[in-house]
Amino acid sequence: MSLPARITTLAVAFLAVVAGAVFVVIHYMLGATPPTVDFTAGHASGQPVNMTIQTDPVNDASSTPAWVSYFAQSPDGQWIHSTIWQLPAHTRINVTAYEFDTCDPLRNQDWGHVTGTIGGVMEVSGEADGLNGTLSTVNSDTTCGVAHTFSVPGMGLNVPFAGVLYTAKNQCTQAPCVLSDTHTVTRFSFVTPGPGEYRWQCFIPCGLATDQGNGHAMSTLGFMAGFLKVVA
Amino acid sequence: MAAAQAVPASAARREPRHGLRIAVIWVVLSVAADLVIWFAWGPHMPPGDMSSSAADQQFDFNVLAVIGAPVLIGVWTYFGYALTVWRQKEGDDEDGPGYLPGAVRIQATWIAVTSAIVLGLAGFGTYELIAPAGAGSGQGPQPAFNNGVLAAASDTSWSPNTNNILQVQVIAQQWLFTYRYPQFGGFETTDLVLPVGQQVRFNVTSLDVVHSFWAYQLGVKADANPFVNDVAYTTPKQAGGFTVRCDELCGLWHGAMYDYGKVESVPDFLNWAHSTETQLTAVTKTLPPYALIYTPSEISGLAKFYYQAGVPGAGAQYYGPQYPAEP
Repeated sequence: MSLPARITTLAVAFLAVVAGAVFVVIHYMLGATPPTVDFTAGHASGQPVNMTIQTDPVNDASSTPAWVSYFAQSPDGQWIHSTIWQLPAHTRINVTAYEFDTCDPLRNQDWGHVTGTIGGVMEVSGEADGLNGTLSTVNSDTTCGVAHTFSVPGMGLNVPFAGVLYTAKNQCTQAPCVLSDTHTVTRFSFVTPGPGEYRWQCFIPCGLATDQGNGHAMSTLGFMAGFLKVVA
Repeated sequence: MAAAQAVPASAARREPRHGLRIAVIWVVLSVAADLVIWFAWGPHMPPGDMSSSAADQQFDFNVLAVIGAPVLIGVWTYFGYALTVWRQKEGDDEDGPGYLPGAVRIQATWIAVTSAIVLGLAGFGTYELIAPAGAGSGQGPQPAFNNGVLAAASDTSWSPNTNNILQVQVIAQQWLFTYRYPQFGGFETTDLVLPVGQQVRFNVTSLDVVHSFWAYQLGVKADANPFVNDVAYTTPKQAGGFTVRCDELCGLWHGAMYDYGKVESVPDFLNWAHSTETQLTAVTKTLPPYALIYTPSEISGLAKFYYQAGVPGAGAQYYGPQYPAEP
């Protein structure tokens, strides 16, 4: 092979590698960032924000359909597969959480403690095994357990969501789940702090088949971890 | 040798005493630097002196800096002097001497002094690691290799100003620290509060992967390993806040695995501990019995039930043998 041909081959190979790396970064890292669900649009100052979310045993991503996932209902009623939610600062947020996943034991029972909500409690209803009414603590060893938690360490907020029984009929198999699927309902309120980005995660190790259960859905934005973007 | 012989005797006599010059410059700069390091910089040397272990580390760093500075200044002084005095003069096209005389005395002195410094610091560091500090390596007044418990120690109660050290368990998990106080009913909280002037024993463990408990201003750093109790001691000397960080890369949210602790007066600490114990009574009942280590896959009877019942749910799969907690 002549020298120019060798140089050309080398240059093409180098550019191919660079292009591949750029594609991977953009497609799998930057492009994987889920959209922000904006709860501040049209929000009147001083008024509470109503936020409806659901956690599903499946999701609508074709590549990872078996990963457990959160969904948030945008103000126009659409279910958005995202865990990045924009909220107004210093505002009461009324949350309705539909839980469609089954129950699990907590690795650390301390996450069965409701903290950071108004009154330090949550209201549980629906198909939760033995859990109903106003609760401040869930013992996941004596009841069906907890499906997932919504925990914002920077705000001291932790709410465990009661799961549905494994033996329950009519369980959700397609995301986003619908209210005719067996589910539990958890309602709670909290007040947002000042502006900032607050990381949140689930403290049930629900990254199935990964080391310590904290991979996959637990380590991917848009599934079991995200941010609360609190804006002025 | 020929070049040396070519130098006239009068010129050789006029040659200044470079060694003396360098030594004087070195001594003056070293003394000045050491005074600045010890008295001006030293009190601000990290990690500060908020606790006994932090103060010990600050002392160690100051000693190292005071000893290391003259070495550094010696090298710099020699280079600076050589570049200034022995640089090639303009118009001097002569080649350098073809023979460099040996300097056995200087070389031997250099080797002896630097060896003494290195070996001395090794001994100093070893003593400091074992004797006064114990901030993460299991030493201290109740060494871990001696079961870590004094005869008079109690795991279930604590009073200030006794030889019964306050015990705080640090539980790491992806991606947050929680803290248990076994001498106050064993409650668990995300708040780390310590009393000023009282010795504290940290029992550090993990529920999943390897983390590291680093209370920066307290000068405490201890690995948090699953199935291991790592012990560290300190005595907070000042009230105030301190930062806790995970210092072991532990996954996606490792960078967010931090919180802030508080050192309060003894009465304030006791008020906080007793009120928190009362507030968390219901939650504490749901916790596993206090232990130095936990086995998450065995904590939950529910998980065991799911597995034994053959229920193909996540409760079995997370912890069951097909997806073991500890692969």
